[in-house]
Amino acid sequence: MPKTWRNHVLLAYSLAVVAFLYLPLVILATYSFNVSRVNAVWSGFTVDWYISLFKNRRVLEALTNSLVIAFVSTIVSTILGTTAALALSKYKFKYQTAINGLLYLPILIPEIVMGLSLLVLFSQAKFPLGKWTLILAHITFCVSFVVITVNARLEGMKPEYEQAAMDLYATPWQTFRYITLPIAMPGIVAGALIAFTLSIDDFIISFFVAGPNSTTLPLYIYAMVKRGISPEINALSTLMMIVTVSLVVIAQILQPQHTSKREE
Amino acid sequence: MEEMVRVEGIKKVFDDTVVIPDLSLTINDGEFLTLLGPSGCGKTTLLRMIAGLETPTEGHIYLDGKEVTSLPPYKRDVNMVFQNYALFPHMDVEENIRFGLKMKNVPADEQNRRVEKLLELTHLEKLRHRYPSEMSGGQQQRVAIARALVNNPKVLLLDEPLGALDYQLRKKLQIELKNLQRQLGITFIFVTHDQEEALTMSDRIVVMNDGLIEQDDTPGNLYHKPLTRFVAKFIGETNFLEQEDGSTNVMRPEKLNLCPEGFHGSDHPEPKLFGTISDVIFYGTIDKVFVQLDGSDQKVVAYQYFDDIKKWQAGERVGIWWYPQDEVVVHK
Amino acid sequence: MKSGKLMVLPTLGWLSLFFAVPLLIVVVVSFAARSAYGQVIFNFSFANYTRITESLYLSIFAQTFVVAIITTLFTIIMAYPLAYYIASLPKKWQQPGLILVMVPFWINFLIRSYAWVIILRSQGVLNTILMKLGLITVPLQFLYNDTAVLIGMVYSLLPFMVLPIYVSIEQLDRRLLEAASDLGASPFTAFRKITLPLTMPGVAAGTILVFISSLGMFIVPDVMGGARSALIGNVIQNQFLAARDWPFGSALSIVLAVMSLVLIILYYKALAGQKGGSKNAQNMA
Repeated sequence: MPKTWRNHVLLAYSLAVVAFLYLPLVILATYSFNVSRVNAVWSGFTVDWYISLFKNRRVLEALTNSLVIAFVSTIVSTILGTTAALALSKYKFKYQTAINGLLYLPILIPEIVMGLSLLVLFSQAKFPLGKWTLILAHITFCVSFVVITVNARLEGMKPEYEQAAMDLYATPWQTFRYITLPIAMPGIVAGALIAFTLSIDDFIISFFVAGPNSTTLPLYIYAMVKRGISPEINALSTLMMIVTVSLVVIAQILQPQHTSKREE
Repeated sequence: MEEMVRVEGIKKVFDDTVVIPDLSLTINDGEFLTLLGPSGCGKTTLLRMIAGLETPTEGHIYLDGKEVTSLPPYKRDVNMVFQNYALFPHMDVEENIRFGLKMKNVPADEQNRRVEKLLELTHLEKLRHRYPSEMSGGQQQRVAIARALVNNPKVLLLDEPLGALDYQLRKKLQIELKNLQRQLGITFIFVTHDQEEALTMSDRIVVMNDGLIEQDDTPGNLYHKPLTRFVAKFIGETNFLEQEDGSTNVMRPEKLNLCPEGFHGSDHPEPKLFGTISDVIFYGTIDKVFVQLDGSDQKVVAYQYFDDIKKWQAGERVGIWWYPQDEVVVHK
Repeated sequence: MKSGKLMVLPTLGWLSLFFAVPLLIVVVVSFAARSAYGQVIFNFSFANYTRITESLYLSIFAQTFVVAIITTLFTIIMAYPLAYYIASLPKKWQQPGLILVMVPFWINFLIRSYAWVIILRSQGVLNTILMKLGLITVPLQFLYNDTAVLIGMVYSLLPFMVLPIYVSIEQLDRRLLEAASDLGASPFTAFRKITLPLTMPGVAAGTILVFISSLGMFIVPDVMGGARSALIGNVIQNQFLAARDWPFGSALSIVLAVMSLVLIILYYKALAGQKGGSKNAQNMA
């Protein structure tokens, strides 16, 4: 049948596109284990690059910076994003369009514009660039993503749950504590994971607001790439890929499936 | 009978829309009362005001003699079964049922005793550790009822609790619910748009339309003695025969009898209307016979039972007769 | 509980201070001038905007648009069959299929561009293989030109195209196709007359997403491009970090942001034609 023939072609094409997506990443990871420093010729397996990476003081410093910045901005942006999402899902606001604009525009505006506008702000305010400016910037671009993720979860939550709790003698605080929060929790965790991923991964905005002593991992990789190719970059990139991918996959699993099974 | 809920001069306005203009109603202890009406008639709003989930714009609500008009829901001794059950998705059956007792700080062994009793009463013992998403609609429905009843409420409010279930299950649960109410003697206020359901289950039915009570009566009276066209039309199938004086004669199809045109029997009244049969539709226990009346564009429907003398055919000329005592006249 | 409503205030305050205010400052700066030492001097003028119309910058805008258009075309060609295939998979395989496509999207642009550097550079994987095979004797220059930039852009932005197209195909009522074949349409005709027109909103949505991202791109040309493959993003970056002409950089970025926002409005128009698809897409992206 022509149908199966068409399917085979479609499958082959799709596999080719998927290969196009993954092959460069696989090659990058593979070469992080190659003995040769300069050549693309495979000259044996080694984990030396990873070892030298962990001995490199500047890499460790960048890693510490990245982690500290990511932790702080994740915590703050998760709190800010969650409270906003909770309030938005529950109440009607007068200037809803303006509020939505403020909450979602940071995602829509090109990152480079956000980065340079923060640079302008900090320099006009004479605020020295460094870890603090990075943290402030990261919180700013993470908040919107947390709002979206938590909102997606709360949208699936019917108002009847809270009403049922109130009907069953739960005070507003108890309703929040035992019903709203637990139901929203997977969304909050997913939001936090996304915020963490975005923060640890961010290059463009950090590029504008980082100071001399606040190099993060992506900034370090950029500097290394600009200087030339080395297997350490491969090793570092590979590690970052693994972290990113695991966090995203976990966040995806926690995300609500839009059609809840219970609705017939 | 003792009064349990009294609603007095209630008015409810949502964003400039008057949902209930002015409504008063008394519900007795141990009564199975149904609020019946089309969607948007205000029946759910009234129920939610009794629950405390909405506050009336004007008027007062009394529960067991005490005014509760502005009390929040968690301070009222009423419980509600929601339309889609609203079972907490992150709690299993037992935790769902226990929730109200926990919030009220009922002692632990008392909690256990009451939860067990309700699990038994609703046949949920084997499902106690299931989550809502792992249960069928009918099972979830039973959890919702158990979760409300475990608190020994003075009044149980049910908002279309059977609406999401299929026909067979609905029929079965109607009987179960009615039996449960008789057994416990708790006041049930039941909201539905399904007239058949209302007729089967209720002691008393309040038919609502546009936020007003059209008729407040027993199921039998509502069916046989509707006070308004709306009630007659909403409950059961009806023929409206307009009278010259502006009133309307409401005739139930099973009260209409057919005879061949020109047939004059002495055992029944003379036919008052004549026409031609346009359709005969088989409905199991009955045939629905549609008759196109002479000199008008109105069609009437009459139910004919199998054991009637004659099997009617489309195209036949017929006379329609009825007993005068079956005539119900409404003026609006 | 009115107090619950106030919970939104800290977030709005934060975003006003660190998002809205900076953006407004950039607007103000874009009308200012630059001193000889790179300081911002607040002399209101349109000079920076008129400067954008100089042929040098117009040609960079043109270049950016050309790269964006070509990138978009390639992503459509690659994404449509893939999205179609994923949508035709059994339900339980669709979500994993989508995740498979979306995962690379989450990896840093920088790392993804760098992966291509390893492949394309003169001592890179591609040249090594070609030389091993005896096809070439001297390494070819694959990197640091416009083709390399295009490869990098298509590679980086492909997932943006797959997702909206998938959503529109997935929402397609299959009964329409059955009806078409029932009415004697060949599979190709059915595709051309029914599937393709009905999934155009998805293609439009994907186009706008890819297009906007291409406009603001500066990592890919920075890492993979040559001296002459600069796009607007690179010019902006240069004005801020090397040339230290912030007013002009601000003007450029305002133009970029306005163009992006106009395209985003078009995107939502396209999504509106796609009904509920936006939710799913937002969730994945």
